[in-house]
Amino acid sequence: MSEASPAKAYALHLGVIALLFALSFVLPAYHHGLLARIMVLAVFAMGYNMLFGYVGLLSLGHAMFFSAGLYGAGLTVYHFGWSVPAAFAAGLACGALLALAIGLLALRTSGVAFMIVTMMFAQVFYLVILYFAAWTGGDQGLVVPQPARILVLGSASLDLTNPTVRYMSALALFSIVLLVTLAIVRSRYGRVLVAIRENEGRTKMLGYDTFSNKLAAVVVSGAICAASGAAYALLFGYVGSSFASVQYSILPLLWVLLGGIATTLGPLIGTLFMYYVVDVTSGYTSAYLLIVGIALILLVLFFPKGILGTIRQRWLGWLP
Amino acid sequence: MHFGPHLLLAALEGLVTSAVLALTALGLSLVFGVMRVVNVAHGEFFMLGAVLAWAISTAISDHPALGFLAALVLAPLIVGLIALVAERLVLRRLNYNPEATIVATIGMLYIIQQLALTFYGPEARPVEAPFSYRILLPWFGYSGYKLSIIAASAFLLIATWLVLTRTKIGLVMRATQYDRETAQAFGIPVERVYAGVFAFGAMLAAVAAVLIVPISQAHYLMGQDPLLLSFIVVIIGGLGSLRGTVVAAVLIGLSDGIISVFFSPTLAKIIATLLVAMVLVFRPQGLFGTSSR
Repeated sequence: MSEASPAKAYALHLGVIALLFALSFVLPAYHHGLLARIMVLAVFAMGYNMLFGYVGLLSLGHAMFFSAGLYGAGLTVYHFGWSVPAAFAAGLACGALLALAIGLLALRTSGVAFMIVTMMFAQVFYLVILYFAAWTGGDQGLVVPQPARILVLGSASLDLTNPTVRYMSALALFSIVLLVTLAIVRSRYGRVLVAIRENEGRTKMLGYDTFSNKLAAVVVSGAICAASGAAYALLFGYVGSSFASVQYSILPLLWVLLGGIATTLGPLIGTLFMYYVVDVTSGYTSAYLLIVGIALILLVLFFPKGILGTIRQRWLGWLP
Repeated sequence: MHFGPHLLLAALEGLVTSAVLALTALGLSLVFGVMRVVNVAHGEFFMLGAVLAWAISTAISDHPALGFLAALVLAPLIVGLIALVAERLVLRRLNYNPEATIVATIGMLYIIQQLALTFYGPEARPVEAPFSYRILLPWFGYSGYKLSIIAASAFLLIATWLVLTRTKIGLVMRATQYDRETAQAFGIPVERVYAGVFAFGAMLAAVAAVLIVPISQAHYLMGQDPLLLSFIVVIIGGLGSLRGTVVAAVLIGLSDGIISVFFSPTLAKIIATLLVAMVLVFRPQGLFGTSSR
């Protein structure tokens, strides 16, 4: 990361947000809905990138943080009739607490063992959801009813099932998380994380407590993923165990690899690109998993830095 | 049935699971031990073995035993060949970097699974057992074929152990596992050893699948459970330790068989997975393994 004027980076990010805002008014209904979904899932990818890109910890279990948010928000609305903000907070809290517990255990390992341990904890989480099918709906999942998805702010009430409101809520969440990640990455703390990624032993020798820094990163990453999951439950109204399966741990990895590891905008670009590749190819074939598989292999073989990573390396060194 | 015979039946079923699991896990363990590659596509090689067994035994339909024998020989060979190609085209180019190979094998998993779905279809299909002799015990009759699985697996495990410890091939493999660079300096063709080990690991999974398919049907998603169970076995047994792998496979297979007879299978899986994750967190070298270098 070369020295850059912060103004340039912030201008670019605000520009992207403004562009997404403007797109809301011109896109046809189908793409409008798709983009709202992509923004929510891009938040998931950003949370994943926080840990994978900046700390260099490859987790194969982030579906559990996403679905902790999903179920934390979805079940409190469904069973207890909580209001939208309270349910969102519940989802966020579930994800952060789970991340804290998992981080305390999994960070005792590193490398390949870390990947397998996170994958196993995620599998346990998935099986627990299936086991308590009476509450969670099992593989069928639950549909959060429309009247429960109205956000009451003072005297105004916003119906989250309305496409425009949904798009704007997704954009708001996306913008907040994007700016927060940008701020974290540019802060002293972000630089410590990168130092840990590059050489943990040396960072420790310089006097940084690498364990608690990594633990904090796991919690931030888990909380961001949970925010995405909670937003998904509230905006799209469906809560299901497939979101906790291994596949949803691998998808954010794919999105981040595609967009560019350790770039702030990479997760959005990766998610956007992959969604549209699947969308276009599913018009010709139902074999979209094949595309995902081939994409993964081609990426690690030829573009280990991803789209934005390659652009940064070739042309725009200042890209955060 | 009384408790005693019930337990015996559960234990026999558990032993059959253990026999298949030990072969599958041994393949995973060898690949990890020698190459340091976590092969996430291992379960798909297992699935391919079963699917090919169905294809071969339906093509040769004179007599079930003939079709099955052909499958037992041909299916692992074809799977080994596919693994060899995958190793050449992908893993070698990544220079066996542990993290890149995980991502790449995840990609292989999706590709193999999707191709199986496209060409084989979503149905579960049975393969006829080569013989249907039933052994009559005082309390119940038990399939002779299932017992022969245990025998075949034991035979293959002992053969692998002999190859690893008594032959030059085994020596070369162990040398590569111990120190890749020094082995290369002594003129061992490390890349060929890696290719061979990867193909052999896949073949072990395929053999295990051919053995199990007459009692559990071939399906394109059948690779998921063996993958997870093999991981569990390899971790508990200690990565790269043959004896540990076998002991752990028997332990897991028996307890899985017995627990799922008496309790909910989901609960059994939750407990087993959680226990293994804890083993990995607190004793990364496994219960039987020596500490890794």
